[in-house]
Amino acid sequence: MLEEIAVNDTGDLIINVGPQHPSTHGVLHLIITLNGETIKNIDPNLGYIHRSIEKMCESLSYRQFIYVTSRMDYLSSHINNHACALTVEKGLQIEVPERAQYIRVIMDELTRLASHQLWWGAAAMDVGALTPFFHAFREREMINEIMEETCGARLTMNYNVPGGVMADIHPDFQRKTKAFLAFFKDKLPEYDELVTGNIIFQNRMKDIGIISKEDAISYGCSGPTARASGVSCDIRKTHPYSIYDKVQFDEVLETTGDSFGRYLVRMQEMRQSIHIIEQLIDNIPEGDFQAKTKAVLKLPKGEFYTRVETARGELGVYIVSEGGLTPYRIKFRSPGFSNLSALNHMAKGQKIGDMVAIMATLDLVIPDIDR
Amino acid sequence: MMEREALQAQITAINANVTFEEGGEMLNAFVDPKECRDLLQTLHNMDDLAFDYMFCLTCVDWKTHLTMVYHLESTKHRHVVVIKSKLDRENPEIDTMSDIWRTAELLEREVYELFGVRFINHPDLRKLLLSDEWEGWPLRKDYEDPINMIKL
Repeated sequence: MLEEIAVNDTGDLIINVGPQHPSTHGVLHLIITLNGETIKNIDPNLGYIHRSIEKMCESLSYRQFIYVTSRMDYLSSHINNHACALTVEKGLQIEVPERAQYIRVIMDELTRLASHQLWWGAAAMDVGALTPFFHAFREREMINEIMEETCGARLTMNYNVPGGVMADIHPDFQRKTKAFLAFFKDKLPEYDELVTGNIIFQNRMKDIGIISKEDAISYGCSGPTARASGVSCDIRKTHPYSIYDKVQFDEVLETTGDSFGRYLVRMQEMRQSIHIIEQLIDNIPEGDFQAKTKAVLKLPKGEFYTRVETARGELGVYIVSEGGLTPYRIKFRSPGFSNLSALNHMAKGQKIGDMVAIMATLDLVIPDIDR
Repeated sequence: MMEREALQAQITAINANVTFEEGGEMLNAFVDPKECRDLLQTLHNMDDLAFDYMFCLTCVDWKTHLTMVYHLESTKHRHVVVIKSKLDRENPEIDTMSDIWRTAELLEREVYELFGVRFINHPDLRKLLLSDEWEGWPLRKDYEDPINMIKL
């Protein structure tokens, strides 16, 4: 796999980016063929943190396997858990109490905000601006604290169980969340001032890594990556789950399909997430936070597929059950995997420096790709 | 958006040998691996079907045979269909879909290394996640690896 020689027969230079490289945000290895400074081909070499979560899940019970999925896309771990819990609930036809659904969706959106904040800081850092990273982490820390109080963990929350959530919300949860929203709403315009309107940043991002609508669909792109090309693919809108059909929010679409478009979509999505949380936070209904379920769960024979929208795009959980204690086969359709497959198409013909700007707005999380 | 019965009728009109599975939340259709590519190509190209988005491609090992599973959606009409194809376990072969949906290129490479399915006419069928010298097909049910595999 690794090229021994740095120059191939046609005189093109072959360089390795990664597996350890700041711009890949994880252990991703790209073998890039260059003609001068222009990218001719990118061959991703994956699997440095492949743990075969799908195989692992085949020997875990329907209560246990949910927690492994926190380790896929660790920035959307709550949403991953939500998807798995939804699939099990679909199989067992468990009615989830409304209180649990409200809590889940608020947590989902907080997770999305935290993920987008980290992305914003890291993306700006990738193209040379260090300050935004500290701004983003200041706000993200507040979300992590809210999570820690209620879920007991900051990153891999493991808060969802089949039938609801593991514990009721902390008494301070609503107050702190509202305080955070008020604080963050003030800070978002600062984000725009600092980065969005910056002409140097715009020059790095505009007309870079363009992907057309047709290509984005063909490559299976989802999430902000596809929506920047004008593909309407927000699962929360197209196939609503939980209480997403009861809340008001807009699907953010851009038509440019370039790195700046992907940047703008995520910035707008943060505002939409705030809007969703504001509608729910004061209206969490009283009642149980968890439905009564049997101690041992057995899914009936059949196949169950759930699609949710994580911070990076569409996550699919496909369970094939033979009626036993453990899933017969699980497949996780991870958003990052398909988004990465479009990287070669996006970066071809661009300069090597622009590859970093493209990677920054694809928002790849490597454990999500390798699984 | 096309209802389940209408979709079923359309698919039967394209290929009369397709069988359907009762129940399930999505429409499940079984097709012979030799006819699979033609059917999927038609599903992709026909205007009133327009299945242009492949959101999942995977394989299931049933011990007696392997089943390829294609989840398709139309971004225009928003209907969903699942196409399945049973493959021989000893010599699993099916045509590649990577020229119809570009996303299939990497997904098929993943299925190739984990299940050992050979995709005919695939442009670049190499291992993706595992190292090149890896032996065996890890997601098959009879796969044993005393060193790397943790039994829970």
